Amino acid sequence: MRLQFILSELGIGLRRNLSMTVSVILVTFVSLTFVGAAGLLQIQVDQMKDDWYDRVEVSIFLCPDQSEQPTCAAGEASEEQIEAIGEELRGEALEPYVQQVYFESKDDAYEAFQERFADEWWAEGVTADQLQASYRVALVDPEQYQVVSDVFTGRQGVEVVRDQRQVIEPLILVLNRASLVAAGLAAIMLLSAVLLITTTIRLSAMSRRRETGIMRLVGASNLFIQLPFMLEGAIAATIGAALAVAGLWFGVTYLVQDWLAQSVQFVPYIGTDAVWQIAPLLVAVAILLAAISSVVTLSRYTKV
Amino acid sequence: MIRFENVSKVYARGARPALDDVDLEVERGEFVFLVGASGSGKSTFLRLVLREERPTAGRVFVAGKDLSTLSTWKVPHLRRQIGAVFQDFRLLPNKTVFENVAFALQVIGKPKHHILTTVPDTLELVGLGGKEKRRPHELSGGEQQRVAVARAFVNRPPILLADEPTGNLDPTTSVGIMRLLDRINRTGTTVVMATHDDEIVDQMRKRVIELDSGQMVRDQSRGVYGSDR
Ligand SMILES: Nc1ncnc2c1ncn2[C@@H]1O[C@H](COP(=O)(O)OP(=O)(O)OP(=O)(O)O)[C@@H](O)[C@H]1O
Ligand SMILES: [Mg+2]
Repeated sequence: MRLQFILSELGIGLRRNLSMTVSVILVTFVSLTFVGAAGLLQIQVDQMKDDWYDRVEVSIFLCPDQSEQPTCAAGEASEEQIEAIGEELRGEALEPYVQQVYFESKDDAYEAFQERFADEWWAEGVTADQLQASYRVALVDPEQYQVVSDVFTGRQGVEVVRDQRQVIEPLILVLNRASLVAAGLAAIMLLSAVLLITTTIRLSAMSRRRETGIMRLVGASNLFIQLPFMLEGAIAATIGAALAVAGLWFGVTYLVQDWLAQSVQFVPYIGTDAVWQIAPLLVAVAILLAAISSVVTLSRYTKV
Repeated sequence: MIRFENVSKVYARGARPALDDVDLEVERGEFVFLVGASGSGKSTFLRLVLREERPTAGRVFVAGKDLSTLSTWKVPHLRRQIGAVFQDFRLLPNKTVFENVAFALQVIGKPKHHILTTVPDTLELVGLGGKEKRRPHELSGGEQQRVAVARAFVNRPPILLADEPTGNLDPTTSVGIMRLLDRINRTGTTVVMATHDDEIVDQMRKRVIELDSGQMVRDQSRGVYGSDR
């Protein structure tokens, strides 16, 4: 009886304020899409950091066969040159900076290359001789890149010294900024969602003042009186959250996976599982929004 | 059943008290008229019983409970023991007679089978048998007030409060409502009725409490409307 009654009251309320209900759904939809986008960007950044920071290292590329660098004028790096560089890397002078060194021969490079681009048609024609050997140096403190760079840049047999972080950092910075912007927009949208839900609940409460007045008079409990209003807000907000999840799912599927992943390939992209990961959060935020709005409004408009 | 101990009520700081040091007791099963000029504090008295207002000074006891120490979440329980009827009926226009009365039971969580037996009984009692499916606008004022009485009484509360229940009705219809309240009173229900209707008070010959500017100026058993007329 109770449940049935509450549900029917709820239905009346939702229909009576249909346009308000729709606008609550839309506002929560948009605001939670921003919240979700911020969350997804953050997941993306974390994923890139995880993927790259472990592997971030200074690469000392040794001269390949036909390089135009002046340091490679003598042709491919010789065994002695390679040895000397290896010894210096492991030597006392660089010990405070260098954590680990390993040598990637041309064959190693070939293997890694084939593994990485296994599915690509253009990778097939590449041979080990077209690649170059390198020292991969993991630093104690990645910020100390310059030290290693200074020692080896310009040395005979070294084509170029490169810090991978230089490639990745700007991208991560951009993503972090985008994530901040999304979070900022999300905050503004969430505020307007709270205001709108508050207004909706207030209108709904006022349009049913007669009913709630009688309910109080005959001794209905506070919860019983307020529950339909709370559910009204919660349901509209949850529908908004569901739409936001759907929107993000489509976004990740079509924008990130179908389009971005095809055009910019070296990035480890998030998948739709990330959307499912943040979906509960979005629903929780929606319910929280509705709860805050209900508490604020109902304490004032349906008091005992 | 209802006891006021030196109760005063001041709505706004500095304003004249709406009730001024009222001290009285209404026994179980009594029928009491509350009379007095407009603004004398009758509605305030009833609102204090319903705990819609709280006294500025003094204590109110209803059904053995001290309302000043009653916590807010127990107020609904108090109100289930009090039925209330008003001058303006306060019916829900888009619900039928049956639904209006059933509403009072639904919102306090009574089971369906209980509602389906109690509501027709109560409608029969107030003389509305056969009009269950009408909506308020399809009823006369007197009939609407009967619906309101049915709604107030359907949960069989030990106390019934009526604030000028005949205020909007013609004399003949009013007599009908008074007969109904009298019948309810005879089932053991304590009835307190605020009214301006001198004919009715004079006819019924019940206890009369008169308020004047918030002060109780008369408490007379088997009294009449105005002592000075
Ligand atoms: N909510 C309120 N806020 C401030 N003052 C109020 C309030 N309700 C009543 N009053 C004042 O309290 C006094 C008593 O009002 P009350 O409604 O109890 O009178 P009453 O006897 O019921 O009058 P009537 O016969 O016209 O219904 C009046 O002076 C009124 O202006
Ligand atoms: Mg009054």
